[in-house]
Amino acid sequence: MNVHLYLWLIPLLPFAGFLLNGILGSRLPKWLVSAIALLAPAGAFGVVLFSLDRAYNVVFATQKGHPVPANNFPIVEHLASWIQVGTLHIDFTFVLDQLSLVMLLVITGVGFLIHIYSVGYMAHEEGYARYFAYLNLFLFFMTVLVLAGNALLMFVGWEGVGLASYLLIGFYFKKDSAANAGKKAFIVNRIGDFGFLIGIFLLIANFGTLTFSEIASKLNANPAWTGGVLTTIALCLLLGATGKSAQLPLYIWLPDAMEGPTPVSALIHAATMVTAGVYMIARTHVLFDHAPFALGVVAIIGAATALFAATIALVQNDIKRVLAYSTISQLGYMFLGCGVAAYSAAIFHLVTHAFFKALLFLAAGSVIHAIGGEQDMRKMGGLRKHLPVTFWTMTAAVFTIAGFPPLAAFFSKDAILYEAFLHGNLGIAIWFVGLVTALLTSFYMFRLWYMTFMGESRSPETHPHESPWSMLGPLVILALLSIGGGWVGIERFAAFLSPVTGPRTAESTIPNLELLLSLAAVAVALIGWYIADLFYRQKPAQPAELAEALPTGYNTLVHKYYVDEIYGATVVKPLLAFSKYVLGWGVDVVLLGGLAWLLGGIAMFSGALLQRWQSGNLRSYAAWLAAGAAALLLFVLVPWNSVWPASMDFIWKVARH
Amino acid sequence: MNFSQGVPISWYLLLSATLFSLGVLGFLIKRNLITVFMSIELMLNAVNLSFVTFAHQWHAVKGQIFVFFVMMVAAAEAAVGLAIIIAVFRARATLAVDRIDLMKL
Repeated sequence: MNVHLYLWLIPLLPFAGFLLNGILGSRLPKWLVSAIALLAPAGAFGVVLFSLDRAYNVVFATQKGHPVPANNFPIVEHLASWIQVGTLHIDFTFVLDQLSLVMLLVITGVGFLIHIYSVGYMAHEEGYARYFAYLNLFLFFMTVLVLAGNALLMFVGWEGVGLASYLLIGFYFKKDSAANAGKKAFIVNRIGDFGFLIGIFLLIANFGTLTFSEIASKLNANPAWTGGVLTTIALCLLLGATGKSAQLPLYIWLPDAMEGPTPVSALIHAATMVTAGVYMIARTHVLFDHAPFALGVVAIIGAATALFAATIALVQNDIKRVLAYSTISQLGYMFLGCGVAAYSAAIFHLVTHAFFKALLFLAAGSVIHAIGGEQDMRKMGGLRKHLPVTFWTMTAAVFTIAGFPPLAAFFSKDAILYEAFLHGNLGIAIWFVGLVTALLTSFYMFRLWYMTFMGESRSPETHPHESPWSMLGPLVILALLSIGGGWVGIERFAAFLSPVTGPRTAESTIPNLELLLSLAAVAVALIGWYIADLFYRQKPAQPAELAEALPTGYNTLVHKYYVDEIYGATVVKPLLAFSKYVLGWGVDVVLLGGLAWLLGGIAMFSGALLQRWQSGNLRSYAAWLAAGAAALLLFVLVPWNSVWPASMDFIWKVARH
Repeated sequence: MNFSQGVPISWYLLLSATLFSLGVLGFLIKRNLITVFMSIELMLNAVNLSFVTFAHQWHAVKGQIFVFFVMMVAAAEAAVGLAIIIAVFRARATLAVDRIDLMKL
């Protein structure tokens, strides 16, 4: 075996797990299903760690001025040719560079933890093997997406994770709401995928290649080439990213996706899949750098989504919905970071977010598991006594996302806000929106914390029990990562990523600016905490009074700005009517049905005529036979060529006389 | 006596044509299945006669070989045909072609 070709193991292991559990799972004992399901991501994680070692050696050697080791980095593995049309070559090529390495560490590492957690969480569920088969399938497609060396292979992974997401959202497919949520996610993602596909076609038309490195080198060789078609391509790709990463205007599927099992929400709809859009923008960032307008749109969409989703999260009562809107909001931060060309900061936040948001979801799952499937926070309360481990890990996550130092999100969020601040006038506006969002984030997370764990239980008849260690173990590990994940620091992280995402551009002329901005961020986090403390500990009646004082604002938020209703009235209903009346009745019944009826009618009419020949009378058949033979003889024997013109001649002459 | 010079070739052909026409006529107008069947045999043998005649006229052996083929087909046809006739008679107790009309629509 060629020792240099091993990247294919990373997607292959989960795929093997998917095949084994998908085909044989229902007949295997449970412990074997769990073992197969756990080995797949564990093996993939091992391969990634092996690559990390290689990457570290190269980076270390480069920094110290040592000769670079022979097995170079990034690793490019050409597995097979795929499409060859004219000069267009599209291959199955996996590329492992710093960016995909970071992504893979998160995907397989957090993925492995969530697999362990799932063993405990799903232990009593029906369809245990099916669940793990889907989960492994997701890891397969996600690793393909991240490793892909060209846009089309990335699109394969992109569609595949969409499929896995659909299957897992609709895991409890006997529930109507779950099946509908799966469909909604898939259809809304279709809209984004449409943009991605158009972007791919435009890339082929304008670059003649889909390989990321070739596109980047063509753009780098031609720095004057900006705007125009590049803006169009970037906006098309952005549409794809907004679909997958749940940004305005296509975010509506993510809150409904919470119908899936909670570990799925943690893995797919918080930590990994929804960050694919951010990854895609970072991967094609050279293109976005050459399209400043599109980059501005990215920033504005990110900032708007961050604020918009955070305001909705303020009033949600379903614990998973709060986290869903929080995820949308945090993804908005990452888009905002990409939009101000702070790609390494955005990826940094992606990593820390994967830690703390997976932790939040898993801890929420532990809470839901403990009190028998209840998700309404109004019926929780006082759980810190019953669920100590869950409480302390959740506390770590809440303080992290609120942005307190020295926890992970403090570093990543500040890196984004700092670079936004240095990005001109638009940047300062975006920084301000980000700061307000940080305030709201702190408030709704502490609101969740107080409503769930503090005070007295509002459902005294329940007897909560702490989850098994298969669930608590991943919580503890993720809590440690959420606390310490940011200590690597943005400078070192950005330096590691710089071969892919370029160096950090932000240079401050104001002394101590970074410190001042950090102080502002911590201040708003404290204010958010204080308001939450006021509302949900000191004066529990306050929120209801406020809701009554501002009924319009409160109802708008509770109904999520009526976006689902607006989309329903402006998009879904017209489409349904169009399908029913124009396509269903007009095209199907009238046009196609009429055509079928016409063809059938012709056949029946001619059949009715011809069936008279089949009289069943042998002698009439014989007579027709003889007549036919006579006609044939006549045709063969009479010299028509000479008879015909001669007779015509004769008639002509008679006519002239 | 020289056969080929004694009777002109056209006579043979006329005889052949007459036999063939009689066969066609019988095939078309007779009601009994066995008679219809015999008419077919008559037509085949009329054709055989013209084959032999022309073979003799042109001194070509091909025509005579064809006669053997036709006779062979006729023998096979007789075997199958008579078997069918017996089966039909057993089933319907009649051989009138007008009444064997179950296959019509």
